[in-house]
Amino acid sequence: MVTNVTNLGRSGLSDWLVQRASAVILALYTVFIVGYLLLHPQLDYLTWSGLFERTSMRVFTLLALLSIAAHAWIGLWTVVTDYIKWTNLRLALQAFVILALFVFVVWSVQVLWGA
Amino acid sequence: MTTQKPLQTAKRPVNLDLSTIKQPLPALVSISHRITGVMLFVGLVFALWAFDASLSSERGFEAVRDALAHNFFAKLVAWGLLSALSLHFVAGIRHMAMDLHFADDREGGIRTSKIVIIASAVLILLAGVWVW
Repeated sequence: MVTNVTNLGRSGLSDWLVQRASAVILALYTVFIVGYLLLHPQLDYLTWSGLFERTSMRVFTLLALLSIAAHAWIGLWTVVTDYIKWTNLRLALQAFVILALFVFVVWSVQVLWGA
Repeated sequence: MTTQKPLQTAKRPVNLDLSTIKQPLPALVSISHRITGVMLFVGLVFALWAFDASLSSERGFEAVRDALAHNFFAKLVAWGLLSALSLHFVAGIRHMAMDLHFADDREGGIRTSKIVIIASAVLILLAGVWVW
């Protein structure tokens, strides 16, 4: 068995499962946000910021943000390992993706808790 | 148990150059799923910028609202991301349905590929109507 050192769960089966679980969370979050925006065509700041002050919404959003990070990492890992044959470039791209997702998580947590 | 021969010694043609192979419909859906996934990753920065601004203050919220209502570039990015999301969403559901052995044979794969293309085309049109 080939053990890879750069994928998320160090095992294809683990990555497979995390990818599906995060996909389900992201699908639910997408349907919720798109539905909310469609039902509030005249949305104002107070209603919008009020939504994200609820603990339930913050937990749901944090879950979605972490799902994005895991889902994007597994997906982009798969894409770069399939198409980028030159090891140095592949590792550089993987490092960039991890750094970008780390910044994304920190930034969005700051937004969510109003730092 | 049969022993596996290395590809080169097996007497069969091997061609791994994707650009020279005619791609069947499920292959096109698969590559679109990957391309839209990369697009969504790149688009995260725009979505997060809008999310940040919209929750920062009343003025920030109005700036995002105004951009989405009047700015051509903002509308284009919003529509692009919603389009990528539409295809990625529908193709992802197909993927998970196949994990549950729904339509996971050759004919089923082709049939559900057509459904994915039609459903995402409808969603992309609806997203366009919403944005513009």
